[in-house]
Amino acid sequence: MSLNRKKSIPLLVFMFLLLLVTAVFSLLIGRFDISIRECFGILLSKIFPIEPYWTKVQNNMLTLVRLPRIVIAILVGSSLAVAGTSYQCIFRNPMCAPDILGASTGAAFGASLAILLGKSNMTITIWAFLSSMVCVLLVLFFSRLCRGNQILNLILAGIMVGSIFSAGNSYIKMIADPNNTLPAITYWLMGSLSGADTKKMSYIWIPLLIGMVPIFLLRWKINILTLDDDEAKTMGINTRLTRTVVILAATLLTAASVSVSGIIGWVGLVMPHIARKLVGDDCRILIPASALIGGIFLLLVDDLARNLYTIELPLGILTSLIGAPFFLYLMIRRRE
Amino acid sequence: MSIEVKNVRFAYSRGKTVLDDISFQIPDGEFVCLLGPNGVGKSTLFKCILRLLTGYSGEIFISGVDSGSLSAKELSRRVAYIPQSAAAIFNYTVKDTVLMGTTATVDGLHSPGKREELCADQALELLNIQDLKDRMFTRISGGERQLVLIARALAQQARILLMDEPTANLDYGNQLRVLEKIKALSQNGYTVLQSTHNPEQAFWYADRVLAVHGGKLIADGAPEKVMDSALLKTLYQIDVSIESLHGGKAHVCLPKKLLS
Repeated sequence: MSLNRKKSIPLLVFMFLLLLVTAVFSLLIGRFDISIRECFGILLSKIFPIEPYWTKVQNNMLTLVRLPRIVIAILVGSSLAVAGTSYQCIFRNPMCAPDILGASTGAAFGASLAILLGKSNMTITIWAFLSSMVCVLLVLFFSRLCRGNQILNLILAGIMVGSIFSAGNSYIKMIADPNNTLPAITYWLMGSLSGADTKKMSYIWIPLLIGMVPIFLLRWKINILTLDDDEAKTMGINTRLTRTVVILAATLLTAASVSVSGIIGWVGLVMPHIARKLVGDDCRILIPASALIGGIFLLLVDDLARNLYTIELPLGILTSLIGAPFFLYLMIRRRE
Repeated sequence: MSIEVKNVRFAYSRGKTVLDDISFQIPDGEFVCLLGPNGVGKSTLFKCILRLLTGYSGEIFISGVDSGSLSAKELSRRVAYIPQSAAAIFNYTVKDTVLMGTTATVDGLHSPGKREELCADQALELLNIQDLKDRMFTRISGGERQLVLIARALAQQARILLMDEPTANLDYGNQLRVLEKIKALSQNGYTVLQSTHNPEQAFWYADRVLAVHGGKLIADGAPEKVMDSALLKTLYQIDVSIESLHGGKAHVCLPKKLLS
């Protein structure tokens, strides 16, 4: 199904409102009771002077625990979905996802290594990010060395380099202390937003913004890149430059997301497909739609992760449990 | 706009020479058919003119300007490429597909605006396919798709159209319909260079024929003058007889075996 552009705008507005409603709903749920009146009071008191009619614990719970977590869930969900959509378009392959360039595996390696060496949270984030970029640059480098179909080369190089990094991961897990570092690494590899705090919220938006802006600005040109490379070139586009900028931006989005949340699979593959079903393949609409749908999805899944049981479930397990069957459903329906 | 190809040679690395000293000139508004067997370098020649391949020796002029001195954007405003219609990977509406042609006229990071939308609408109207506007490109027929790709080239506002076997995947009726539209465009001043595998198309529609064999240009001229059974024998290794119908108004090729 596809809509034309004019009809898609109200749909985007609706998705945005849905995201806001989901965010407010997510602020209210949890084991600690906060009413909607208290919630708005606390939030508005940050801007306007309001006499507190809530407890200090409620205030801290909302602003130091739930709010950063919700903001980060939205940012990570949007970033992974936008990265996935961009990769699919520029590699002209609807099966592409952030994992294809080894971005996630690379980030996981850096983070495991930092945890193994007992580094602080901030260092873990930075190492995850650097290692992810190294992994992607290696993939790009090797794919350029090979002759022939560049898109296929890139995917193959992604699998090979990813496999080397994942071997490194396995080795780190083997030598990690089973009493403290191993559980931390394993938990991180399964993905979770339980570590989201105001400190992470205060810096993570910077790399995500740097990654998001070029993709939004180039979204019309990304449409052209879905054509055959020669065709795109004859339309006066510098395909190599545009493609490189989009790859770097999408990788930055993935690496920065993974560095705060651990590995969260399937969001980058399934959300773009849901967005495609809803608004069609025109990136002018598709990219904003992916961002909104990715944000809503990860927020809802995180609500489940923190409220389903008394112990917190790793997010990666839930996204796989929901994402993989859904993707199978999409595949089967597509064939009909 | 005119194309001038001067002593162009091209060889893929380590391979044999594909184009060997090709020279020709096509004036404004001419409809030229490029004939030659598979693998003879027709597509390579197109790629050289479009500067998708730059390792050639010799010179190519577009309206008298050396194509090497034009930026990719400038070249795209002069020469448009129309591929064989293939199913796209992603699904765009016909309107958006045509709009993609206007990309070279859009500045930097912008999306197409009102001016470009108008340009795309005009291209659709010129080919009389405005009814297809909101249909999905992947859901229309092969002939319609080819017309949409031509509309996309028109929206690019180039006056030279290079077409790589535009009718190869089409049924009989669509082949003729598409060719008639191409012919009408050339009569409106568009310069058309079309490669084809069907010599009769050259007889019926082209002003001129270029035949490439073994990397060399072996024939260049009006179809009635240069196309004979000897040329077709050289190009395709098959014996055909060329019959003139309706007092020389039309020509057809018939296999000699059929006549004996």
